[in-house]
Amino acid sequence: MSDRLTLRAEHLRLAYERLEVVADLSVTIPPARITAIVGANACGKSTLLRGLARLLKPVAGTVQLDGRSIHELPTKELAARLGILPQTPIAPEGITVADLVGRGRYPHQTWIRQWSAADEQAVADALESTDTLALAERPVDELSGGQRQRVWIAMALAQGTEIMLLDEPTTFLDLTHQVEVLDLLVDLNRRDRRTIVLVLHDLNHACRYAHHLIAMRGGAIVAEGRPAEIVTRELVQQVFQLRCQIAPDPVSGTPMVIPIGRHNGVFADEPDAVGLHAARSHTPTAGGSP
Amino acid sequence: MATADVTALPARSPREIVARAHAASRARPRRVCLVLAAATFAVFCVSVSVGDYPIALTDVIPAMLGFGDQATVIVAQDLRLPRAVNGLLVGAVLGISGAIFQAVARNPLASPDILGVLYGSAVVAILVITTIGTSFALLYGGALAGALAMGVLVYVLAYRSGVSPYRFVLVGMSLGLMASSATFVLITRADIYSAAQATVWLTGSLNSAGWETVLPTGALALVLVPATLVLSGRLRTLQLGDDLGRGLGVEVERSRLALLMAAMGLAGAGTAAAGPVAFVAFMAAPIARRLTRAPLTLVPSALTGALLVLAADLLGRRLFAPAEIPVGVITGIAGAPYLLWLLARTNRVGRGG
Repeated sequence: MSDRLTLRAEHLRLAYERLEVVADLSVTIPPARITAIVGANACGKSTLLRGLARLLKPVAGTVQLDGRSIHELPTKELAARLGILPQTPIAPEGITVADLVGRGRYPHQTWIRQWSAADEQAVADALESTDTLALAERPVDELSGGQRQRVWIAMALAQGTEIMLLDEPTTFLDLTHQVEVLDLLVDLNRRDRRTIVLVLHDLNHACRYAHHLIAMRGGAIVAEGRPAEIVTRELVQQVFQLRCQIAPDPVSGTPMVIPIGRHNGVFADEPDAVGLHAARSHTPTAGGSP
Repeated sequence: MATADVTALPARSPREIVARAHAASRARPRRVCLVLAAATFAVFCVSVSVGDYPIALTDVIPAMLGFGDQATVIVAQDLRLPRAVNGLLVGAVLGISGAIFQAVARNPLASPDILGVLYGSAVVAILVITTIGTSFALLYGGALAGALAMGVLVYVLAYRSGVSPYRFVLVGMSLGLMASSATFVLITRADIYSAAQATVWLTGSLNSAGWETVLPTGALALVLVPATLVLSGRLRTLQLGDDLGRGLGVEVERSRLALLMAAMGLAGAGTAAAGPVAFVAFMAAPIARRLTRAPLTLVPSALTGALLVLAADLLGRRLFAPAEIPVGVITGIAGAPYLLWLLARTNRVGRGG
């Protein structure tokens, strides 16, 4: 993996105004792998991603790309190697898909050379990989949520960076489109050996689609590693304050988190829900051993 | 998601599809620019042609160039032409300035007339009129400096580890209201003659526009318009949001400051030449965007602004001739319903246009 760029944070401290969100965090993002950052709301996962993408200037510590601080690299030069898709990017009113995706080429353009054959090729490739070529001349306003998210990913692809950071790329999408987007990211990782880092809300998706998992709580990393190695009931309890069972995902074999909750469903106490009761009896109740 | 069905298209390579889409998104703005330029030229010629001493439309161009009988040439060159050129320049700089403000703030309400910039001009200009009197250089320089000072003040007060577009709009609006009140305080304390003069200036008018106004406005436009065109790549990227802009390699704060300074200079030049002509900066870019269907329209907005001012001035001159209605009254009458419509639409859609 030594031919790939390595992104690393050392003793990173990140804050909004005076509120410190990430305190003294060190992490190395494995190159050419998919890394998912997970954690409860307000645990600092998006903040860490923003810090890694130099959207947030660290209070202390550094973020390094192959040993060079990203804050010392010229921002446009960095943008040709490291891309970020924020949670809520803005599509200007009336912009077409091809125009929007073309704006991902900004780091490769100069004032003299605005639109080249290479730009055209990159946009064509990006549209093709995201299956949005037929939408090229359509205004982004008119697209469905799933199409729009694909177009944004196409824009990030057109940027042509080896490392792609994505902040919750599956929010606001229904389950089908969530899976489509995640499958697409796996394609990109496999085909081009791109390094992909994404913040994800859904722990099961993270276990299934990431090689490497970073679990955060209170602005610090609680555990990191292969999902199968680190995801345990204790970890989920610690990170999400959620009691759960872990079972192997019947499709992928990766860990699957099944929350317990205070009620085991609305049917659980109904006497005639025999089948459900039977199913439930296989599941140990809260605190029981598996 | 309706999966893109590539097979339904005639067999074309992905690159051809992108090239076509790219060409298509540029073709329409180009056509619109040509039509706007032609319309502006037509109104310009009519504007030189009509008046108490009418010049036949066929004689207008020769007369502007100095051919024809002496009286016609004098009326065209010394009276009508400077007024028309001023109208053209004022409209163009206000139009492009509004387009930049709205794109930087990502808000159709953010234009130098809705924000305080034009009133910054007005305060200083009225101060000059009511205390020193009518020195052209002082009036022009004061109005320009007032716009820039107001712009800087809005920027500084809205700054909190970076300027959020939303805060910029709110600070701008409140400072604009304060400045507009200040101009009225100045007017009520002035003597009746300079108060009347100040009121005329405040309305926005091309009555007194001569070649001496064309010179500084033209020079400022000649410097600032190319500067904004150089910065337009950054502006295009900034339109996607601060985070994405930074991620794509734009120095967000520095670019925003440069763009706003240029836009303030342009707004100041327009106001210094004709007073705060209402709603031109506010309306030009949205009209241009609807015509071109493009997300960023600098040149089309300049052309739209020029057309608006020239047409409004022509209307104001001819509607109750020989009495003249100042151009600012006409644009104000046209712009107010648009503002109301925009506010109503913003409430309904729940976003800034």
